[in-house]
Amino acid sequence: MGKIQVGNITDIDILGSRTIQIDDIEVAVFRLSDGTVKAVENRCPHKGGKLSEGMVCGSSVHCPLHDWKIDLNSGEVHKPDDGCITTYLTEVDETNGSIYITL
Amino acid sequence: MSHVKRLVLIGNGMAGMRTIEHILKLSTEAYEITVFGEEPHPNYNRIMLSSVLAGGVELSDIVINDWDWYTENNIKLYTGDPVTSIDSVGKKVISASGIEVAYDILIMATGSNPFMLPLPGANKEGVIGFRNIKDCQIMMDTSKTYKKAAVIGGGLLGLEAARGLLNLGMDVNVIHIHKYLMDRQLDQSASLMLQHDLEQQGMKFLLEKHTASIVGRRRVQGLTFADGGEIEADLVIMAVGITPNVELAKRTGLKVNRGIVVNDYMETSIPGIYAVGECAEHRGIAYGLVAPLYEQGAVLAKRLAGTVTAGYAGSVTSTKLKVSGVDVFSAGYFNDKPGMRSLRFQDEIDGIYKKIVIQDNRLVGAVLFGDITDGAPLFSLIKSGESIEGREKELLLGFSTGKAGESLASKLGKMADDEIICGCNGVTKGTIAEAIGNGCSSVAEIKMCTKATGSCGGCKPQVEALLQLYAGDTIGEPVKEGICGCTSLGRDEIVESMKAMHLMSVKEVMNVLEWREPEGCSKCRPALNYYLGMLYPAEYKDEKESRFANERYHANIQKDGTYSVIPRIYGGVTSPAELKKIATVAEKYDVPLVKFTGGQRLDLFGVKKEDLPGIWEELDMPSGHGYGKALRTVKTCVGNTFCRFGTQDAIGMGIRLEKAFERINTPAKVKLAVSGCPRNCAEATVKDLGVVAIDGGWELYVGGNAGVKVRASEFLCVVKTEDEVVEWTSAYLQYYRENANWNERTANWIERVGLESIIKALENAEDRQALMGRIEETLSYSKDPWKDIINNDDLRKNFHTLSGVETVNS
Repeated sequence: MGKIQVGNITDIDILGSRTIQIDDIEVAVFRLSDGTVKAVENRCPHKGGKLSEGMVCGSSVHCPLHDWKIDLNSGEVHKPDDGCITTYLTEVDETNGSIYITL
Repeated sequence: MSHVKRLVLIGNGMAGMRTIEHILKLSTEAYEITVFGEEPHPNYNRIMLSSVLAGGVELSDIVINDWDWYTENNIKLYTGDPVTSIDSVGKKVISASGIEVAYDILIMATGSNPFMLPLPGANKEGVIGFRNIKDCQIMMDTSKTYKKAAVIGGGLLGLEAARGLLNLGMDVNVIHIHKYLMDRQLDQSASLMLQHDLEQQGMKFLLEKHTASIVGRRRVQGLTFADGGEIEADLVIMAVGITPNVELAKRTGLKVNRGIVVNDYMETSIPGIYAVGECAEHRGIAYGLVAPLYEQGAVLAKRLAGTVTAGYAGSVTSTKLKVSGVDVFSAGYFNDKPGMRSLRFQDEIDGIYKKIVIQDNRLVGAVLFGDITDGAPLFSLIKSGESIEGREKELLLGFSTGKAGESLASKLGKMADDEIICGCNGVTKGTIAEAIGNGCSSVAEIKMCTKATGSCGGCKPQVEALLQLYAGDTIGEPVKEGICGCTSLGRDEIVESMKAMHLMSVKEVMNVLEWREPEGCSKCRPALNYYLGMLYPAEYKDEKESRFANERYHANIQKDGTYSVIPRIYGGVTSPAELKKIATVAEKYDVPLVKFTGGQRLDLFGVKKEDLPGIWEELDMPSGHGYGKALRTVKTCVGNTFCRFGTQDAIGMGIRLEKAFERINTPAKVKLAVSGCPRNCAEATVKDLGVVAIDGGWELYVGGNAGVKVRASEFLCVVKTEDEVVEWTSAYLQYYRENANWNERTANWIERVGLESIIKALENAEDRQALMGRIEETLSYSKDPWKDIINNDDLRKNFHTLSGVETVNS
């Protein structure tokens, strides 16, 4: 699959998140405080918590279920927990704010 | 004819912009604001520059207000364009580029300049101060091609610059005129210990040296000294002090001594012109630290917004050295003067030094080295000026840790290794013992390694006891833990700082109090958001991004990502019509589970997030807040309405309390109950506040809990009327709101502070009335969150998935 448009930057609150279902994958799309957009598989490797519902701090998100902390750039889980999630390449068109992700 | 008043600020730095921010919060649209800044940046946090040099913090992280912020607040900002003249008669300013702006109110916040020693050669390339982003950038760029740096000045700023240069990989000599480093803040003992530590880090010192000249061709190549010596240097930082930037003020004809002279309301000698910050001189003092500048800004903002203020009375200041691995604190008098006595503690093995200076039984100064955890409490004692008679040694040596549960320790000693200590995370005694064996020496470290204490925290006493048991003497003094891993500050210090500096956003608190993580974590962000909302119910705008999912989506998140919905059922009393409505909604939305809660309500489980607003709309009932750190239920028994034993109307009392306090945010969830007689069918004695009817009155109990650890509530008082029940409950809840740690249930809070202190705070009717006034004010701003979301598309969008997927050919 290639590049997919998934709405506009204004659809996502700063430090907020929206989700999108693409075939059988649920993707969480985050907007960080510096304006960048991150997209990851919406599933905590611990117990499957929806990361889109978590609190965003810097470039990490805290899973709402058991507070696992996950880096949105690398997909790596912060210590002392272990695990990794899939991350997707994102782009924001600066002229019109469209968000694209590459699956 | 009146027009909107025009306010011009000269200086886009911390003090001036702080004042503007504060004015915006106090009075909307009262002024048309223009800001001139000399630097080409938006407003940034100057005190963090040393952290930028030290690494780990980017320049973009220290911006306080970005460009958009100025636009959003209708502030005209001219950067890179200093004001060059002021026409105080025609009331206008003229900038370097020729822009003219008229003013009604003018604020001078021109800050200060590094004091550049007038040495021969001081104008050579590579000789700079340490003041702004440009200086930082020069240092970073220079370090890429040159290796030898010299810092003139062994004070606070010089040492921070020197540490930064070391981090940049440079070879650093610090030249100091005095025999001791930081001689303005430290006594000899502390200074020598500091020097030793910094030398260990690789810093070199040339003490009692007077720089005679700066040599080189176009660029600096070295320094010569008055005693004939010399060193090589490719970069020279002058950090011998700052001078208030008063050039413009002098030309304008303002009264200027060292700084621009201001009175207690920050008024200069010319009406309509004010000054704040490092450029101002108040009662003979020009301050160079952030706290006093913020206090000045708060006073000026109140003055300009027409709010009553007592004026600025000057500040007692304290200093901390922001150099990694070296902890230094100093406040007030650090060297004894006649009439003062001091107590010292020096431990050269662990590198700890403490000194307190006392005059007339009051603390007037303190110096701490190596362990500065007592800095904040000592500083508040200096400021309060209260008598410390009889407590001197305790203050110096800290409180004894006492006997940390002997019986608990022996119990744990006998426990098998595979027994679980932390039930939430399944951590066994053996795992914790192993972590301690591998070097964990605090509860925080054990939490990092094993997750024990990481969730409900109920096992913290056991973990502490295990530390005592297995680490014993090697752990030494207990390390003071901050509210989370992002800070070493405790709740009280943070709340005090919020009040003193009138900090108004989570980001600002983390910036000013030097958070280790620029955006905090899931522990501190909700805590700070709560404290700010508690302190400033009218002004503070709640930050939903700093709230846990439950309080953002106003429902309780479940393990599969669905939510549960609990509408409010006052006092547990419903009606056939209401039940039918709930049933209809549950059927329509295929709610998989409908269950009674422990608090006499109905919970609809398994609701999809996108269905939440629709369900709320159709229920048309208020939120039960079954998800929040807020008032949950008021459980009632039937009372004298039907029961043959009931002595009072328990249902009526319960409904009245629930209606009075629904929607109130509290440090942790709060559960109430009202029983109609001492048989206590509503289980009021395990609630945060329980009311038990007796013949002719009501008994109030507080601090009960049936959760992590069962705790029977304690008797607070007996009152006669329902009004008095409401009054005492208001006062108690507000006192809890104002004093407990975030996430601390009343049971833990009362265990910590003792019931006596709560009774003392509430026993006086005037105090109760004042507390009640504050909780009523806070409640007056509260709205039903479900209705709020239903009627607001911008909030409602967050409940739906994104749409508009289309493949792009690329």
